[in-house]
Amino acid sequence: MGIFDRNKHSQKRRVYTSNQQIDIPIKNALVNVHTYQQRQETPNAAIPGNMFEKCPGCARAVFGEDLAENLHVCTYCGHHFRMPARERIAITADEGSFVELDGDLVGANPLEYPGYEEKLDGLRKKTGLSEAIVTGECVIGGNACVLAVMDGYFMMGSMGAAVGEKFTRAAERAAEKKLPLITFTVSGGARMQEGLISLMQMAKTSAVLTKMDEAGLLYLVVLTDATTGGVTASFAMLGDITLAEPNAIVGFAGKRVVEQTVKQTLPDNFQKSEFVYQKGFIDRIVERKEMKDVLVKLLKFHAGGDA
Amino acid sequence: MANSAWLSVQLAREFVRPTAQYFIENIFDDFVEMHGDRLFADDAAILGGIGLFDGVPVTVIGQEKGLDVNEKVRRNFGSAHPEGYRKSLRLMKQAEKFKRPVICIVDTQGAFCGVGAEERGIGEAIARNLLEMSRLRVPVLSVIIGEGGSGGALALAVSDKIAMLENSVYSILPPEGFANILWRDPSKAPEAAQFMRMTAREVCDMGIVDDVIPEPREGAKNDDDGKMAEEVKKYIALHLPKLMETPIDKLLKKRYKKIRAFGQEYIKE
Repeated sequence: MGIFDRNKHSQKRRVYTSNQQIDIPIKNALVNVHTYQQRQETPNAAIPGNMFEKCPGCARAVFGEDLAENLHVCTYCGHHFRMPARERIAITADEGSFVELDGDLVGANPLEYPGYEEKLDGLRKKTGLSEAIVTGECVIGGNACVLAVMDGYFMMGSMGAAVGEKFTRAAERAAEKKLPLITFTVSGGARMQEGLISLMQMAKTSAVLTKMDEAGLLYLVVLTDATTGGVTASFAMLGDITLAEPNAIVGFAGKRVVEQTVKQTLPDNFQKSEFVYQKGFIDRIVERKEMKDVLVKLLKFHAGGDA
Repeated sequence: MANSAWLSVQLAREFVRPTAQYFIENIFDDFVEMHGDRLFADDAAILGGIGLFDGVPVTVIGQEKGLDVNEKVRRNFGSAHPEGYRKSLRLMKQAEKFKRPVICIVDTQGAFCGVGAEERGIGEAIARNLLEMSRLRVPVLSVIIGEGGSGGALALAVSDKIAMLENSVYSILPPEGFANILWRDPSKAPEAAQFMRMTAREVCDMGIVDDVIPEPREGAKNDDDGKMAEEVKKYIALHLPKLMETPIDKLLKKRYKKIRAFGQEYIKE
């Protein structure tokens, strides 16, 4: 996991000048200019075949290897790309400490939605994940905790029965073992294909957090791009402490839905984490490269469980 | 194309469909409305207060769509802003202090999707309600009387007992939205309604609500001299005393167990 070694990355980091940028043989490269839909579901940044990524922040083509080395943050403008759950865990948990929970837990097809199971199977093969959240126990800067990390490349991180169950079990595990719970959210909301069962996961994942309250344990949320819908209206907004990555979309209704409702075009910063921070719903916006240090500090304040 | 689920959706949205105030007038005596969330404003989409049920003080909270066009506009068609959910939470905590049971009347297409709602944290407001309702130390009984739309409805439906009127619906989002998102064609709403298992019977069969309260054949109307309210009153009279007799810790355990089990039958390991 050398690419996540931050010292190594800072030594090797390349900064292009605009001239060098022109020199790059773009014609021969696979420039991945994705549509919105594709961006949700393709773990593009992680695939070696994609030599260049177009940055949604500055529209420049960023060399894929540089992007990976730079924690999926644009080397030009600092835009935070989405990050697959496994890579997030690798840069957050102390090396080798992560022990996954419920790795084989999956849901079913309650509405018998045509093609849903096939779609899930395909995503499982593509992402190597069983569902849109990975949970486990780990150590962060020497502090034992439970970590739940959502993955935006798996059905847009949407929450159905399996995601709800895995989050709930992670919180139960934390309460039982007297450990803090840290959650990285990225989600399109409740998963439509599972209908009302998905909606009920909002109640379940919110209610289980009362166990953390009763046990006096820290529940910390890191909002990442994009956290919306039923996840925003449940466990994403219930942290004792809420952090967010820069420029992450955080909202309940999608921006287009809001625009249609109010019949006006909304500013670019609407529902960005800086905006939500300004409105008082986020404690701190933390850049990805600083995140672990901040988490370690906060975990230290809340030591005192059995660990 | 007629199907029974779509018919329910239409009946649930009818202009003459009884709204929360019809039930409040016909079921509770001496109702006194309370206003405001103490933080920002009063949201007329949520109507709440204290009244007597068979002589016992109870807190009543309902989404109110309004009767005529002016009132509908004033009440934002029953789609609440964060201050509506925060008012409802305030009234629930007040009920907890005075050991009054809470009766919730659910009727909304969903929480409001507007700029102010986002700015003031509609997601946080709903989430907080879900968490706090799950541990509220008084009995909570909810009745879905029309549209049970999305998180906005769920925020008044984390309860010890939940019933739906026969033609009410409960869904993750309105069928138009479902058809639009998944099939990119909002005109397929009738098919979506049928597909989504959103009718009272289907939702009850899934175990998400406890009971279905029968309606007249043509659907409940607000000019029926309180007949529909009478049915709901009977339902409350049947269950509320039992809930009130149950020791609160036992009730909370049962409530939590029910919430914890949502979706359990669809988990495979």
